[in-house]
Parts: sequence; structure tokens; C-alpha cells
Amino acid sequence: MDELAIQIILGISVASVPLIFAAIGELVVERSGVLNLGVEGMMIMGAIIGLVVQYHTGSGLLSVIAAMAAGMLMASIFAFLTQLFLTNHVATGLALTLFGLGVAAFIGKNYSDITVTRISALHIPWFSDLPVIGSLVFGYDPLFYLAILMVFLVWWFLFKTKRGLILRAIGDNHDAAHAIGHQVIRYRVLAILFGGGMAGIGGAYLSLVQVPMWVEGMSAGRGWIAIALVVFASWQPFKVIVGALIFGGISILQLHAQAFGVYIPAQYLSMLPYLMTIIVLVSLRIGSKSNTNRTMPNCLGKVFHSTS
Amino acid sequence: MKYQLELQNICKSYGSLKANEDITLGIKPASIHALLGENGAGKSTLVKIIYGSLQSNSGTMKWCDQDYKPNSPFEAREKGLAMVFQHFSLFESLTVAENIILGLDGVGLDSDYIEQITKYSKQYGLNVNAQQVVGDLSVGARQRVEIIRCLMQEPKLLIMDEPTSVLTPQEVSDLFITLRKLAENGCTILYISHKLEEVRQICHQATILRGGKLIQNCNPQEHSKRELAEMMIGKKLINLARSNIKIGEDVFSINNLSKKSEEMFGVDLHDICLTVKEGSIVGIAGVAGNGQDELMHLLIGEKKSPEGVLIFKGKDIGKLNSHQRRQLSMFFTPEERLGHGAVADMKLDENMLLSRPQKSEMTNYGVINWQQVEMLTQRVITDFDVQTQSSKMLAQSLSGGNLQKFMVGRELIQNPDLLIVAQPTWGVDAGSENHIHQSLITLAEQGSAILIISQDLDEVLTLCEQVHVITAGKLSPAVDMQDNGLEKLSQLMVGGKSND
Repeated sequence: MDELAIQIILGISVASVPLIFAAIGELVVERSGVLNLGVEGMMIMGAIIGLVVQYHTGSGLLSVIAAMAAGMLMASIFAFLTQLFLTNHVATGLALTLFGLGVAAFIGKNYSDITVTRISALHIPWFSDLPVIGSLVFGYDPLFYLAILMVFLVWWFLFKTKRGLILRAIGDNHDAAHAIGHQVIRYRVLAILFGGGMAGIGGAYLSLVQVPMWVEGMSAGRGWIAIALVVFASWQPFKVIVGALIFGGISILQLHAQAFGVYIPAQYLSMLPYLMTIIVLVSLRIGSKSNTNRTMPNCLGKVFHSTS
Repeated sequence: MKYQLELQNICKSYGSLKANEDITLGIKPASIHALLGENGAGKSTLVKIIYGSLQSNSGTMKWCDQDYKPNSPFEAREKGLAMVFQHFSLFESLTVAENIILGLDGVGLDSDYIEQITKYSKQYGLNVNAQQVVGDLSVGARQRVEIIRCLMQEPKLLIMDEPTSVLTPQEVSDLFITLRKLAENGCTILYISHKLEEVRQICHQATILRGGKLIQNCNPQEHSKRELAEMMIGKKLINLARSNIKIGEDVFSINNLSKKSEEMFGVDLHDICLTVKEGSIVGIAGVAGNGQDELMHLLIGEKKSPEGVLIFKGKDIGKLNSHQRRQLSMFFTPEERLGHGAVADMKLDENMLLSRPQKSEMTNYGVINWQQVEMLTQRVITDFDVQTQSSKMLAQSLSGGNLQKFMVGRELIQNPDLLIVAQPTWGVDAGSENHIHQSLITLAEQGSAILIISQDLDEVLTLCEQVHVITAGKLSPAVDMQDNGLEKLSQLMVGGKSND
């Protein structure tokens, strides 16, 4: 395999990691019946906080944890408003996104001209030195492996544990779950916090691995793509990886098309991921109407009143 | 132990509304105890207090002679209470097994629950398949899932909230066999219902509630159905009789209607013929799921029919939508109340307006005359005794029976030339049933044509001159009820089997 192909595959993988993080978090949130459109805002907060902590401490671990905490803090605002004050999920989520973008830009003012140390790829003795396989399988940064692990953990939690079953049940019919005596709000708040943490790490990946510096608005719509990805994956964890690779692939294609001398204006290529999102969502609906309905949580986005 | 569960002076109020007032009663162990009452009599509230989903304002409870004050259903379940809800608390996208596990405390996904489900389903004759997704099941099968879920907790007291309101007659008798077996095995059953015949059949004791108060404790077997009904509603029932039947011209006919179902588990309709004349009431009897829904969709105009098949007053209406059909004075009450019959999160007066034809007394040049709307809504509310605080309440906030009364009333007061009504008294209590039946008869006497699709054989027999039976999408010829119709009808019913 030639060097370029390896480069492209590596590039696709790296491009898809933030999407996997954000989408797997949102998947759990939506499975519990909550629609959080604030993913973009939580991601960018993760990106800036991760970068700031990395700049001051130089510790990759610490900055990823800080980014996660930032995402969770953002998510807790959403949880507080939607679960305790019963505000509308869509409006609150949109507000969260705008809020996050604004705050991140504000914090980022002082960090605009600096670069930080990139979280580097793991070097596993012997394995990483293998030809081709070495760089394709063992040549990534630790967060890449964490992303894959999270997908597996979420799948295991949702489909192999009782608590996962309860979470899915709450998303399917919160009134029934409440009637049986399950704590709808507690599960949802925890799910939202998990979603926030994952989005935060996904954001940190942008500013600590992909481009180790701060660029205003660097999440560049990835939060929205992550939300679309959840639908694309029809709320199935493993399909998130497939979807993320496709979207990651398109954004890499966009870079390499120019290198190959394909003369399409850059703007058209930058439209591609978003255009793809729309096409995928529409064709999913047309392709299998009943199938998508079956897996979509019935209570998605509905406000739960615990009084009755 | 004299009583399994004892209630003393239980009170519960919502604002000024007293849902339960000073209720004292005892339920004997291993008995089937009925809680009888009309819609809104406070049965559900009382049961929720017993099951811990609600807390009483005052009063005490004793369970096995010990103080009992549950703060949540979990606590109630720990003591050995279990409940089958009226609106099933099932999760449609999950399998039967998953649904059952969700109601069980301390059971993980790894235990041998599927074996247990099969065990219980065999022991009590509750036929379900543990691996099926609940969304694909019939209503009866869903209830069986609920019951198994309760039984797996090995309860000492099983609460059943209107368990038969959605079942076919065969399913009801199967359920009764199960309940009797349970009582023999020492399980106490609290049976909430307004169906008097059922209560008389299987209950040992009955407590009658009315307007939140306890009216009487009695042995239901010692009272007639009528006596119980009158205790329940607090007034005398009207004797139903069709006195002057004047049959006129054909109003509506279906000529050789055949249609393949578009749904996955739908029923294909074959060659359906039927005529409804002025002043007559025609019934379609049959067990649910034999094509009634598919037929109703075509009659309402939710789906279009082929040409020349649906004729209303000499006009082919097969291609008209339901609004255009209403314009011609053809009105409907579908079976599904929320979604088809009423918009769940709109107010009653808005729902009233929505079922009107474009040009009606409620609008002037397209502008709504709210005074008129309010007046007509109030008329339906008072005439049909709909229990609601005002016409501004949301449709979904009404109990099922109340909403049914509102929907039937809404169509009835328009004096339609043709009224098509599915399950007119589904989930409605005795007093209101009586009233709805009386109103339908009056409407027919005024010359309207009425088509009733109902599972309730008693209802069809009381009201209709002519009855068809629907089985597997085929409609029998009309049976005239005057000349020994019941016999022919039972033969037709026996001939057809439920496809459930």
C-alpha cells in the first residue's frame, strides 16, 4: 500500500473521531428521550477549555478531563432547564449552542495566536513499528481508541444491562416508566451529562489533536453533523462509527481533491459534508419509513411532567 | 388477618375537586373485590393512592394489619401489590421479555426470565411470545403481557384497572379463568370496572363509589345489573325502546367493496355490501381485528375508495375526503379517540369546531364565532354529562369515557343524515352508555340513518334492526333482528374465528 493511501486512511480516521464522540454521547441522550441540539456549543467549549488547560499545564490528560468537565457543565445548564423547569428541548438546545459559541469566542480572544503541544500518537513498542498495520491499527492517539471503546461501552450498556434497558424504556414511554416507578428525570439528567462530557472530549480532539491551536468557530458545524449522525445510525451505536467514517471521509476528500488537481472551487467542497447530511437524512426517510420509526425513541424531545 | 388491605377515611382533593372523600373499606384475603363507579367517580385516584403513585391528603391504610403508607410504586411492590394499568404501561419498541423485566425489581437481563415467562403463561393460560416486539401485538396480547409482568412478582394483591374494556368476548372469558385461578391460589384481586355483568360474574364483594364518596358495600351477586347501575349513577335508568321505526329511502350503500390492506398486518376487505336506510340503525358486529379498522378508514375518507362503491344519497363519495363528506351531512365517530377522533392537545371547543363542515353556524365568512362555538360546546357538555371543568380543557386531559361522550355528542347534535360510529360506548360507564344509546335511538327516530360498528354484542342487539357480522374482511348478509335474528347471528359469530 502506498504512502498516500495510508495517509488518507489515517486522515479519515482522525477526522471521524470528534464526530464519534459527539454522536455517541447524543445517541445516549436521545435514547433517553431528550433532544439536545446544544452539541455544537458543548463541543466548542470543550475545544477552548481543553486548549487553555493544555497551554497552561501541558498535561494532555488534564486538558481532556477539563474539556469533558466543560461539556458537562454546559450540559448541566441544559439538564437544569429542560428537566427541572420543563423548557422546550429544541429552543433550549439552540440557545445552548449560541451561548457556547459566544463564550468560547470570548475566552479564545487571549489564545488566538498560540499553538499548543499536540497530543501525540501512541507508540506501542514493536506493534507500532509493523509495516502498514503498525500505523493503520496501532498508530493513533489515545483518544482514538477511547472513542472506539466508548461506542462499545455504550452498546454494552444500552443492550446488555438493566439500567440501559430502563434508559431505553424511558425514551420509549416516559409515562409508563414513571408509572412502574423508574426515575425518569434522574436517568435523563445523567444521560444529558454523559452527552455533554462526550461532546466536550470531541471538541478537545479538534483543538488538541487535529489542529493544536484556537480558531474561532473551529467546531465548524460538527456538532450538527453529529446530531444528524445519530439519525443516520438509527440510534444504533455501531452504526455511528460507519456514519462518522463516511462524513470524515468526505471532509478528507475535500482536502485531497485539490492535491489531485481537481479544480472545483473550495467553497463547493466545503459544502459537501452538509449537503451529504441532508441527502442522507432524506434518503433514509424515503428508503425505509417504518424502520426508522421503529428505532426512534417515541418520547424524543417531549417534555415530561411527573405530576400525573 | 381479617383484611388483606384496609382503608380508613381516605381523602384526596385536587384544588376544590374532591376526588376521594372519607373512604373506608376492607378487602378480604383471596377474594375478588370490585370497585365500581362511573367515569370520574374517583376509582382511579383511590387505586393510585393504594399503589403509591399518589399520596392521600388524610386517612390511613393497613396492609396485613400493619400500617401502610407507600411513597412510590416501588414500596407498594415490595409489600406485594401489583397493578395492571388501564392505559397500558408498556414500551412499544421493546420486546415482551424486556417489558416484563422492566417491571421487576432486582432482575437483571442475564437471569432465566424467558423460561419463567413461559412458565407463567402456561400456568394461567396467558398466551404470549417473549421475543415479540410489543408494538406488533394486539391489545389483548398486550394486556396478557401486563398481567404476566405482575404475576412474576408473585403479588398478594393484584389491582386491575378496567381490564376488559379493550378485550374481545373470548379474551374476557379467558381472563376470568385466569383471575379465578389466581384467587384460588390465594391472590387477592381488586377489580375496577364499570361493567356490571362482569362484576356480577366474578366478584365476591363490591364497593360502589359515586362522586368520590363510598355509596355502598355489597355482594354483587345479590343485586341485579340494573340495581347496581342505579346505585352507581344515583338515578333511574331510562328504558330503551325503539318505538316508532319508520324506514325510508336508501341513504348510504356500499357496493362490492374490495380493498387490499396497505398495512403490514392489515386485513384485506372482500366484496362488502351493505345498505343503510333513513330512520334505521344498522350494526356491524364482530371481533376486533377482522377488518373494522380498514373499513372505517374507507368510510371516513381517510383512504380513498374505488369508483362507484360508496354511494351516499345517490352520489359517489369514494374520492371525497372526510371534510367534503361532512359537508354532505355524513358524520363519524372513529374508534381511536385521541389522534383520529380528537386532537389531543387542543381544547374541547377547538375540537368541536374542527369537526364542523367548512360552512357552519360557527363561522362567518371564515371568521370563527367563538360565542357560538362556546354555546354549542357547552350544550354537548351538559347534554352528554361530560365531566370537565370547562370547554377550555385539553382533550387529552379528559378520561377516556368522558372524551367518548364528548365525541359522540359532538356528532349527534349536528343531526346528521348519516352517522357512522365505531364502538360508541367503549370505556363509557352504564349511565352514559344508557344516555348515548337513547340519543342514537332518538336520532334514528328523527329520520337519520345510523351505522354502528361495535364489538359489544349487547349494544348491537339493543339498538339495531339489521346486523351484519364481519369476519376476516368479509361481511355477512344483513340479519333481520325481528325474526329470530339472535340465533342466526350467533351462528355467524361462531362460524367466524378471531385471527388474534
